[in-house]
Amino acid sequence: MWGFFAQGATPADLMAARMQMALSLGWHIIVACFGVAMPAMTLLAQWRGHRTGDVHYRLLARRWARAMGVLFAVGAVSGTILSFEMGLLWPGFMGTYGQVIGLPFTMEGIAFFIEAIFLGIYLYAWDRLPPRRHMLAAIPIIVAGVASAFFVVTANAWMNQPTGFDLAGGRVVAVDPWAAMFNPATPPQTVHMILAAFMVTGYVMASVYAVAMLRGRRDRYHRLGFAIPFTIAAVVTPVQIGVGDWAAHFVAERQPVKLAAMEGVFQTGEGVPLHVGGVVIDGEMRYAIEIPHGLSLLATWDPNGRIMGLDHVPRDEWPPVNVVHLSFQAMVAIGFALLGLAAWAGFIAWRRRRLPRSPWFYRAAALSGVGSVIALEAGWVTTEVGRQPWIVYGVQRTADAVNPAPGLVWGFVAVSVIYAMLTVATVYVLRRLARDVPVPVAPQERDVEEYPVP
Amino acid sequence: MTLVEIVLALLWTGLTAYALLGGADFGGGFWDLFAGSAARGRATRKLIEHSLGPIWEANHVWLIYAVVLLWTAFPPVFAAITSSLYIPLTLAALGIIGRGAAFAFRKVSAQLWQQRLFGAVFAFSSVVTPFFFGACAGAIASGRVPPGVGQADPMRVWLNPTSAACGVLAVGIAAYLAAVYLTRDAQRQAEPGLAETFALRARVAGVIVGGLAVAGLLVLRWDAPALFRALTSGPGSPLAAVSVIAGLVSLVLLHRRAYLAVRVTAALAVAALLWAWAAGQYPYLLPDTTAAEVSATGPVLTAMVSVLGVGALILAPSMWWLFALFQRDLPARR
Ligand code: HDD
Ligand code: HEM
Ligand code: HEM
Repeated sequence: MWGFFAQGATPADLMAARMQMALSLGWHIIVACFGVAMPAMTLLAQWRGHRTGDVHYRLLARRWARAMGVLFAVGAVSGTILSFEMGLLWPGFMGTYGQVIGLPFTMEGIAFFIEAIFLGIYLYAWDRLPPRRHMLAAIPIIVAGVASAFFVVTANAWMNQPTGFDLAGGRVVAVDPWAAMFNPATPPQTVHMILAAFMVTGYVMASVYAVAMLRGRRDRYHRLGFAIPFTIAAVVTPVQIGVGDWAAHFVAERQPVKLAAMEGVFQTGEGVPLHVGGVVIDGEMRYAIEIPHGLSLLATWDPNGRIMGLDHVPRDEWPPVNVVHLSFQAMVAIGFALLGLAAWAGFIAWRRRRLPRSPWFYRAAALSGVGSVIALEAGWVTTEVGRQPWIVYGVQRTADAVNPAPGLVWGFVAVSVIYAMLTVATVYVLRRLARDVPVPVAPQERDVEEYPVP
Repeated sequence: MTLVEIVLALLWTGLTAYALLGGADFGGGFWDLFAGSAARGRATRKLIEHSLGPIWEANHVWLIYAVVLLWTAFPPVFAAITSSLYIPLTLAALGIIGRGAAFAFRKVSAQLWQQRLFGAVFAFSSVVTPFFFGACAGAIASGRVPPGVGQADPMRVWLNPTSAACGVLAVGIAAYLAAVYLTRDAQRQAEPGLAETFALRARVAGVIVGGLAVAGLLVLRWDAPALFRALTSGPGSPLAAVSVIAGLVSLVLLHRRAYLAVRVTAALAVAALLWAWAAGQYPYLLPDTTAAEVSATGPVLTAMVSVLGVGALILAPSMWWLFALFQRDLPARR
């Protein structure tokens, strides 16, 4: 009865598997950003409160810690389903290459342990440890959070630049796990991702307080709640654009097909223009603003540099051009918009030593959180869809990796429904937490009841 | 011991830890589900929440550890298991989402209807998730997961007598361990009434789990004779005997109110059962598939073992601190 397995998954099943992976990764990555960057922001506030005795800092730290408890829980469970899905959806990939990318994941497992252990201590022992020791307990969380982002992105970098193994008759031999982990894509991708985590966390947290300030609550508590995360994100932004440029050069050199899709270049040529905006219709870039020689200049530092076009590879090795092109454009546009916002605040801080007062600034800041999340997702779509049709660049096709079991479509439906409910519940709970005045203690939260919150 | 055996032992240790710690967290949800109405169950739920809160995420990581070790060290086995057991594993993953998220949500909710809603999701998914894991274990133990990608009938591979028996047993074990651990927690927090209740629950659960284990053996005898022989007269039998004895001793200790000691024997009973299964199946991971045949290459295993060795140096004291911190009574409250 199940003999048709051998024929492999139907195109609908393959599509469902890809959508499921994209949904669950795209969801996880947002909370993961908070897992990476929020402990540092919270500790900063707590430490300032400890040093200055300013109650506002301490209130902020308490409130952020409560949100962290929720975010880490959903981060952990949404990450767990990912590690299942690696096998549930892509057994052809994991059965062959699982060992090649296993080392960073093993390290990531250790980092998760450290994170979870010290998170338990940090959140629940607020009243059991003296302040200094309690603050020290946050440091392993920060280190492990950044490290786990590094580890998992090295695995993804390997999918873009597979190194460190040989193939013999369909089996991998001579694996060098360290070479696989430190592949050429690792440096730009990991740095770009970790900075993105700080931007997303900073701007999202700041936008919560920006909204409150627009509603007239401009007291010290709200100003500080805005200033701490915003400053961190604003300082990271220009660096991130530099790193993005590094990533783009890397792609130009090592994944020319992806670059061609990002820029909508169909014909190989010299002195290739840069396309800003535009969509591809019938194999042609339409409605784009063309900057002559722009792409050649940016990618090769030579206005007449040679750029490989999609015509260089067979049609069935093209990634979906529009998706990749538009996502890349969106990321870059948002990156520069955020740079503008950061510059605005920086200018006022430099000249007047205070926060901007214009409501327009806070309106823009209120959007910066959504914007940075869109940039994050767009960046991942660029990376992952731009790699198609390969799951392991140039080595294994996504279609050959997918689980041949029937009914993947139904799995996707079930996962989507659960994620929709999870999203609603998470947003609802976080909004409630943000609205509580000033730092309430839920009646059952006896663990931290006695922490002296003034 | 060969490198492959060392890795296998590390993997099985992780799985055991997950069963003993993560399993008990699911069991906490089980008792939460049956704690009664909001008013009557308040004390029980509070105890469960208080005990699980700081540690469940760390306990949960044991699952990640086991999954990652499996795919790194025995990639084809990971691919075979996940592709063939696609349905129960997806359901278990969804259960994990419901359990963890709802637990965290309930903790920060202040209104009764929210606590009820999230509490129900937490408790319900705590009961079904171990069932699906147990069903997967039963499928593997009875040799129903063939090597290769997606070779099994996706329904029958987990809807069969051994899977059903193992699924129910897993739920029972989770509830039993939780009751044993919570008895001591209640006692330590000077809640004698609750401690008595949980001691009773532990005794009942212990007897039921013992019965389930015997029934499971009978199912194995008919449905998976090879594993049955390995457990009763083969290489798994000494460990199976340890499990039985530890289970009986636990009942006695519960009767004598040695609530700390019974934690050890109850855990031993469960751990010995898992290792009996492992010993009974070794060296085969899947039918006609020995560990050595499908293991990763030497450099990968070496790197993995070294990394885990270094990691253990950091993790062991950290974990100790976590558990010790919350097992200690609060310094001067109020
Ligand atoms: C806040 C988020 C954010 C912002 C503002 C930017 N990026 Fe980005 N970008 C990401 C977040 C991100 C990301 C989501 O984190 C990605 C996906 C994979 C990765 O390593 O980083 C990414 C990927 C990514 C890639 C693909 C790398 C690959 O496929 O290996 C390129 C070429 C760039 N970025 C370039 C840029 C440029 C030129 C930016 C400047 C304006 C920029 N990014 C801003
Ligand atoms: C968390 C940020 C990430 C996001 C948002 C993301 C996004 C995506 C998207 C959109 C796809 C579907 C591409 C397509 O089929 O057209 C995809 C596929 C995939 N990604 Fe990622 N990705 C992320 C990180 C990672 C990492 C870190 C890994 C592995 C270590 C990974 C592994 C995969 C795999 C195995 C697939 C399926 C095969 C494929 O379609 O190429 N991803 N991801
Ligand atoms: C760029 C992509 C990713 C980043 C930066 C990232 C980062 C993180 C971080 C920082 C955490 C812990 C913090 C928290 O719980 O909120 C986490 C949790 C987790 N992630 Fe991801 N992750 C990424 C993608 C993935 C992928 C592809 C997988 C699996 C294949 C994965 C598996 C997990 C697991 C299992 C957890 C739970 C650990 C626990 O129980 O504490 N993550 N991730």
